[in-house]
Amino acid sequence: MHRTGELYGQFETLDQQRETASLGMWVFLVTEVLFFGGMFMTYTLNRSTYPEVFGEASRSINLTLGAVNTVVLIGSSLTMAMSVWAAQVGKKQLVTIFLILTLILGTVFLGIKGVEYHEKFVEHHVPGLNFNFEPGADTATNAHAQLFFSLYFAMTGLHALHMIIGAGLLIWLIKESFKGRFNPEYSTPVDLVGLYWHFVDIVWIFLFPLLYLIDRH
Amino acid sequence: MQSQLPLYPEQASNFAPSVDALMVYITAICLFFAVAITAAVIFFFFKYKRKTPGEVGVPIHGDMRLETIWLVVPLLLSLTMFAGGAVIYVDFRRPPLDTLDIYVIGKQWMWKSQQPTGLREINELHVPVGRNVKLILASEDVIHNFSIPDFRVKMDVVPGHYNTMWFRPTKPGRYHFFCSQYCGTNHALMGGWVTVMEPSDYESWLSGSSAADANPVVAGEKLFTEKACATCHLPDGKGRAPSLNGVYQAKVLLMDGSTVTADDAYLRESILAPNAKIVAGFQPLMPTFQGQLTEEEILALTAYIKSLQSQPVPATGAGIAPAGKK
Amino acid sequence: MSTPNNLAGPPSNAGGYQLPRENYLNATYGIRSWLLTTDHKRIALLYLVSVTFFFFIGGTFASLIRIHLLTPGGYLVTPETYNKLFTMHGVAMVFFFLIPSIPAVLGNFLIPLMIGAKDLAFPKINLLSWYIYLIGGSFVLYSFATGGLDTGWTFYTPLSSVYSNSAVTPAVIGIFINGFSSILTGLNFIVTIHTMRAPGMTWFRLPLFVWAHYATSVIFILGTPVIAITLLLAGLERMFHLGFFNPQLGGDPILFQHLFWFYSHPAVYIMILPAMGVISEIIPTFARKPIFGYSFVAGSSIAIAVIGFFVWAHHMFLTGESAYAALTFSFLSYLVAIPSAVKTFNWTSTLYKGSISWETPMLYGLGFIGLFLIGGLTGLFLACLGLDIHLHDTYFVIAHFHYIMVGGAVMGYVGGLHFWWPKITGRLYPEGLAKTAAVTLFIGFNLTFFPQFILGYLGMPRRYHSYPPEFQVFNVMSTAGASILALGYLLPMIYLTWSMRYGKIAGPNPWPATGLEWKTASPPLTENFDVTPEVNWEPYDFDNRHDLGLDVKGHPSLAPAHGDD
Repeated sequence: MHRTGELYGQFETLDQQRETASLGMWVFLVTEVLFFGGMFMTYTLNRSTYPEVFGEASRSINLTLGAVNTVVLIGSSLTMAMSVWAAQVGKKQLVTIFLILTLILGTVFLGIKGVEYHEKFVEHHVPGLNFNFEPGADTATNAHAQLFFSLYFAMTGLHALHMIIGAGLLIWLIKESFKGRFNPEYSTPVDLVGLYWHFVDIVWIFLFPLLYLIDRH
Repeated sequence: MQSQLPLYPEQASNFAPSVDALMVYITAICLFFAVAITAAVIFFFFKYKRKTPGEVGVPIHGDMRLETIWLVVPLLLSLTMFAGGAVIYVDFRRPPLDTLDIYVIGKQWMWKSQQPTGLREINELHVPVGRNVKLILASEDVIHNFSIPDFRVKMDVVPGHYNTMWFRPTKPGRYHFFCSQYCGTNHALMGGWVTVMEPSDYESWLSGSSAADANPVVAGEKLFTEKACATCHLPDGKGRAPSLNGVYQAKVLLMDGSTVTADDAYLRESILAPNAKIVAGFQPLMPTFQGQLTEEEILALTAYIKSLQSQPVPATGAGIAPAGKK
Repeated sequence: MSTPNNLAGPPSNAGGYQLPRENYLNATYGIRSWLLTTDHKRIALLYLVSVTFFFFIGGTFASLIRIHLLTPGGYLVTPETYNKLFTMHGVAMVFFFLIPSIPAVLGNFLIPLMIGAKDLAFPKINLLSWYIYLIGGSFVLYSFATGGLDTGWTFYTPLSSVYSNSAVTPAVIGIFINGFSSILTGLNFIVTIHTMRAPGMTWFRLPLFVWAHYATSVIFILGTPVIAITLLLAGLERMFHLGFFNPQLGGDPILFQHLFWFYSHPAVYIMILPAMGVISEIIPTFARKPIFGYSFVAGSSIAIAVIGFFVWAHHMFLTGESAYAALTFSFLSYLVAIPSAVKTFNWTSTLYKGSISWETPMLYGLGFIGLFLIGGLTGLFLACLGLDIHLHDTYFVIAHFHYIMVGGAVMGYVGGLHFWWPKITGRLYPEGLAKTAAVTLFIGFNLTFFPQFILGYLGMPRRYHSYPPEFQVFNVMSTAGASILALGYLLPMIYLTWSMRYGKIAGPNPWPATGLEWKTASPPLTENFDVTPEVNWEPYDFDNRHDLGLDVKGHPSLAPAHGDD
């Protein structure tokens, strides 16, 4: 097996290897845009069809927690970027420290998400699990609110899944960085995980206003 | 009446001749190119057959003029095909105003149709020759499609939507109709017959059959009271909701300043999703009847509201856009 | 190496070849060396076995359908079973045969060889793609085995998400998973073509097969994620009684169709572009001259991929959507036809003043042109709004897409297998039998599907387990043709397998052809090239390739290389 940092068999030069890895991650992120895009499209169309109920449902999710999460995630993108920078200037210890900070912030995000989900469960806002948005409301309102929450859970759930995968990648990176693997000549894994992490952050930047901020007055 | 090996169905509607003509036109163009290219390929295949094992072909890399020609010419021909089809389609999607309206409901795996007088049929449709007929299509379950090959028309029947289609039968006779959107187990059995009759025969058929079936307008009027629509939609416009006199096919002024034509789809939406479009000058008070009315009841209410077209429109409280407003 | 059975080489080369002592097939032994391989060539063979398996499954269902339709009453199977047959035929063929076939088998095998690389950019991801395909396929097979699937391969809602009683959920899970196989393959190809080309292999020296796969890969990565999310939502709707596409819960069944076709239309270009790439290799080889209009053929692949994303709602002209939308999509659908027309003219022109041999791959190539021509031209009928009202959801549509997918894509696949068989296996197949099979396939195919155009215009709807008696004559013709078609498929399966052990040894370049892949041994080494090649020749440049041993005296080039492009 090849160890990271060495030339893989199919490549001619390290430059080619690096360029290839980077292009690979970018192409992968493009597919992710289309993946999330389908759900964003569905959400947007439904929102314009049922503006009131979607607004009501949106107001019932926890804006404070959502906002805190946004700050946490942006913060984690900052620490991730710092980690990449640290690798590029050869500050190996900082690489590890920033990676750990990123992981911590990511975990905080997931924890807060867990709290939010629990809130929704308690309020009977989880579709498929004795969903009841407004006891006494007509079936249409309940149905349309269930649409909102189905999309809410599907979109934030998919996002959370990507965060969990990201957390796994970070754990691997932290392990490798402990061994001092990353330096100005070779920081490809950090760069690429950084790209992935920033992408997951950007998805949230779109999710947050779309889900939490419509119709708040 | 069909030949032993028919190549096309009977022409029994106003659309059939133009659809067939367009078919012939496109077939001719395609046949020309198919034959020309096939002939060229076969010709070259034989003419340039390799003569010695080491022989190579003459290296010709390309020719800009040829590329341009065979890009532009097909494009122009395609545009003519597009135009021919567009004309028919736009005509098909815009039913004329003077139609005989028949309601058709599709459900797994049968068709129910209802004439304006209320007369119902199952898997049958009687229509008079020479009249513009509009079918208003509703589904009770999955997506179906009402297709009459001899008329060259079909339209999807989608749950949650109304779709309309129209045609003018041109030849008396019996014509097959089919369900043309896969809808489950007995999709292939979900068909029936369109009977086109002379107008006088149609009239006698209409009145002769037991008209014990309730006129949808009468049924709709009953529902209008039962479901308490009448408590708000006062005819004099002084209620909490707009008067419905004359509203069918009128231009309604909405709260946001836009206008919309009160067609069948609008009436249906107003019953099922009343807050989607609020009439100017009124509050969003109307509850939704989603889940409380069957398709037939909605159709009955719609028929009743349409029958109010000839009632006097009050000066205020009608919601209809003033004349002259776009 | 043991003496091969027949030392006579093909007529165009000196005989007496031996299989190379070490090649990718025998470099390592044992089941683990195959199941854990990262060699793109071995992975291609793994795919070959799997897609052939699904082809058998889809083909079996097709045979049952055609036999059942011999009589109007349809007495072979019950309606429920029939509906499952055509659904499973579609799912198996579209997702597990047609979409992977050429890219995963021929693309995987050839792209690194054609560009002078040792492997794809991400060999382990390539292997992962295959395993993902198997896992997805297993879910779908499980669905087939436990109750089957009866929603149509198009899964329209609310039939699939609410009303169907068949094993929908495992099937959509399987197709969802399989999507990632496509995405990873597309990703691998795009990156490989960008970064792994040998020195001197510029974009405009790439074989057209590579251009075709590049365009296909763009569709893979942009379109597949959308079907993934669509099926995910439909599956969630079915499992948890949600309402995205169910009108009774405020959802919109037409939204499903938009999302579904946004992928599934470009998907048909995934199925045909690689086949066009194969044809673009075969024709110059067997006419021994450069392709006419190289840059137009290359560019048309990209144009098809791009425009193909903007025509999806031509599957929805009759759903009740706005007439303006319909007009737009009809117009764009005509635009997307033009690049295909350009290709067809260019292929035909390549034959002019060629030195044409009638070997089996060329027969498939010409068969492709003929059948793709009919399939593509009949698309013009369907793009025509006025005609589509009449033809939508009839057998005309079935005939149209089978002409392209079977007459086009499958002929391209089988032709490509024949063309590169010597490279893949080091051996030749029996030429006489192969020619017979090609002709059988062509005749059987036309007999099966041409009557269906007429059935469609007469009004026979699709997906009908029984039909009015007046449609019987053409149905019988179609079934008769299908039996011949089946023979045309079985023959190659038999003799190609036979040839792997008993075929004549081919040598490195039996045809000969000009691609870089033909400069390696047959079969190639695991690492493809001993020494990284440096490319300083143009593609299909028979005239200047003295290394091919052809008679190139007395044929001055009529134009400098790329004088026109």
